[in-house]
Amino acid sequence: MDQLLAYIPAFPLLGFLILSLFGRNLPKQLIGVIGAGTVCIAALITIVVGIAFLQTTPEGGAFSQLLWSWFRVGNLSIDISLRVDALTLVFIFIITFVGALIHIYSAFFMWHDRDYARFFASMNLFVCAMLLLVMADNLVLMYLGWEGVGLCSYLLIGFWYEVPSNCRAANKAFLITRIGDTALLIGLFLLFQELGTLNIPGILQRAPDYFASGSSNIELITILLLVGGMGKSAQMPLQTWLPDAMAGPSPVSALIHAATMVTAGVYLIARMHVLFQLSPVTMAIVAIIGAITLLVAGCSALVQTDIKRILAYSTISQIGYMFLALGIGAWSAAIFHFFTHAFFKALLFLAAGVVIEALHHEHNIFMMGGLRKRMPVVFFTFLAGAAALSALPLVSAGFFSKDAILWYSWSAANGNSFLWLIALAGAFITALYSTRLMLVVFWGEMKTPIHEQPAQGMVIPLIVLAFFSVAAGFIEWPHNMVHLTLFSDHVQKVLPETVMKQGLPSEYLFQAIAAFMTFAGVYMGYMMYYGKPGVRWQQSPGLSATREFLFSGWKFDQLYQFLFVKPFVFITRINKSDVIDRMYNGIAQASLRLNSWFSISQNGSLRLYIVGVLAGILFIITLQLLL
Amino acid sequence: MVLLVATVLFTLGLIGVLTRKNVVFMLISVEIMLNAAGLAFVAAGSRWEQPDGQVMFLFILAMAAAEVSVGLALVLQIYHQHKTLDVENLKELKD
Repeated sequence: MDQLLAYIPAFPLLGFLILSLFGRNLPKQLIGVIGAGTVCIAALITIVVGIAFLQTTPEGGAFSQLLWSWFRVGNLSIDISLRVDALTLVFIFIITFVGALIHIYSAFFMWHDRDYARFFASMNLFVCAMLLLVMADNLVLMYLGWEGVGLCSYLLIGFWYEVPSNCRAANKAFLITRIGDTALLIGLFLLFQELGTLNIPGILQRAPDYFASGSSNIELITILLLVGGMGKSAQMPLQTWLPDAMAGPSPVSALIHAATMVTAGVYLIARMHVLFQLSPVTMAIVAIIGAITLLVAGCSALVQTDIKRILAYSTISQIGYMFLALGIGAWSAAIFHFFTHAFFKALLFLAAGVVIEALHHEHNIFMMGGLRKRMPVVFFTFLAGAAALSALPLVSAGFFSKDAILWYSWSAANGNSFLWLIALAGAFITALYSTRLMLVVFWGEMKTPIHEQPAQGMVIPLIVLAFFSVAAGFIEWPHNMVHLTLFSDHVQKVLPETVMKQGLPSEYLFQAIAAFMTFAGVYMGYMMYYGKPGVRWQQSPGLSATREFLFSGWKFDQLYQFLFVKPFVFITRINKSDVIDRMYNGIAQASLRLNSWFSISQNGSLRLYIVGVLAGILFIITLQLLL
Repeated sequence: MVLLVATVLFTLGLIGVLTRKNVVFMLISVEIMLNAAGLAFVAAGSRWEQPDGQVMFLFILAMAAAEVSVGLALVLQIYHQHKTLDVENLKELKD
């Protein structure tokens, strides 16, 4: 079974190589088959590996495969080696399975695009890099995957590169995540300096003996790792790139900017959980960042009008929930929310892609409406996704994962009522904007005629994902209900159990409150938007100013423009002629001066030349006579 | 005494090259300078009673003939292209 691991990332890599080298000359059908097929094969291998893993847990809790040695410097040796433990298994399952569905969908969605092969080449490379990220046995290989997904994200956001705003969005995403990547890299250097190894099992084993809990070293390292995770996972204050990243095609948003890549930060923190547990301060920061992010992004999602931007802000908000769960030490709850979120968010983005395509690339939800009857399949699948997003009790996967986070945010040892209240407010907002989205898009009058119905191949992935959006939750029930906790049993082979407080009130109470908040959100959305298609925030200047503020994402872009871009441009302007510049300018000036001097002697006047020759002769004769 | 004549001839030739504007006259001045040099050789040969001075003059004569033929050909070409033989106007190089 160990020998199969390498094939999981190898097949998408093969697809990338074929499509990037020969993609131009292949027929479209073949490109689609290669692009989607390689990822499907990877998904099948993953399922085989997963079944083997679940039947008999391998020795040491992980399958591992050493492919070859990458490089050796001194006593540092970095191998290309893969390792699949319980946590990685969850991630590779999502990456390959959801990835395969999205690839099948894209084979139809991108059919009319000129650069069909380039699209699939980038998508396959992304899947390969993401698999390397989560399967890597050491942090250097993980960093390779980390940068690989960043590159593919850049390539795919700017996929339609002829529109300048898409290129700007791609640059923005690349530059902002780079801030996080730099911090992560420094963190890895420090970790190597302290522990002398970058092997993940080695680090996890050595760290508790080496670092004192709460020492300044470990805090610095974990904070740097956290900043790396924040950049990739679009958490405050590095979240501004994700809404703009929606410039890419819808399947890209589904795969990269909702289901997989943006959760790389969650993976990093869960993978390095031993380090984070040694640093209570960082854990508290993780939780607070998650809490603030989920609220801020949720509020922005409330007022957006672009269907994909609503989903983008909701993604930021849901990843905020995951960070909150990580910060309070509810490791399995965070990973479970990642698991369910991947299904329903991929579903929502794909369904949104269908809607946008059917309505002549219309993104504004207020130009949609009345699609319930006309596109019933999309409607029901979207409904399943939105229900999971707003965590409708018992009938959606989102409930099981989000309820666990809400419960732990109070009851875990690191949790408190403040975090719980924020999470609860977030749940209310989530339900409200999901309802708004559903009602405005699918109810009311039709404002844009339907251009074409989706292809069969696009509908099937939607149905599969809708099934999982409802059913994925049933493998993990709250403790007080059905005694079925398959998921946390699985993940807790790697991650520690959540430490609970003593003397807690009944869990039923919390579930009732959470369910009530969800229904309150749905009801408020119903009151505000049902049958009132024209509701806008124009009643009073205060409200519309607030709306404007939230619409622009809490003015973070303007803030960064003011804080960083403007001063930078100012400094570069005043520093334009520094010492080095002057040196090079001086060389150029001297050459020009010499040129003007010497060109006097080469002016083409024959008489002057003769005078020159004569002067030379006289000079030599004089010299001869004198010496 | 003969050397004095040669020096005068050479100086006349030199002044001619420096002051004349016409290329043809400059060539003639160069010939005068060559002849001055030849005269100096002959004078030296007669002073030391050696034939070398006269042999040298023959060489100078041959060289002067070759030089004039090439020079005149160039002058003809210059005149065809520029319609002038004034060195003041024959300045193609600009600074």
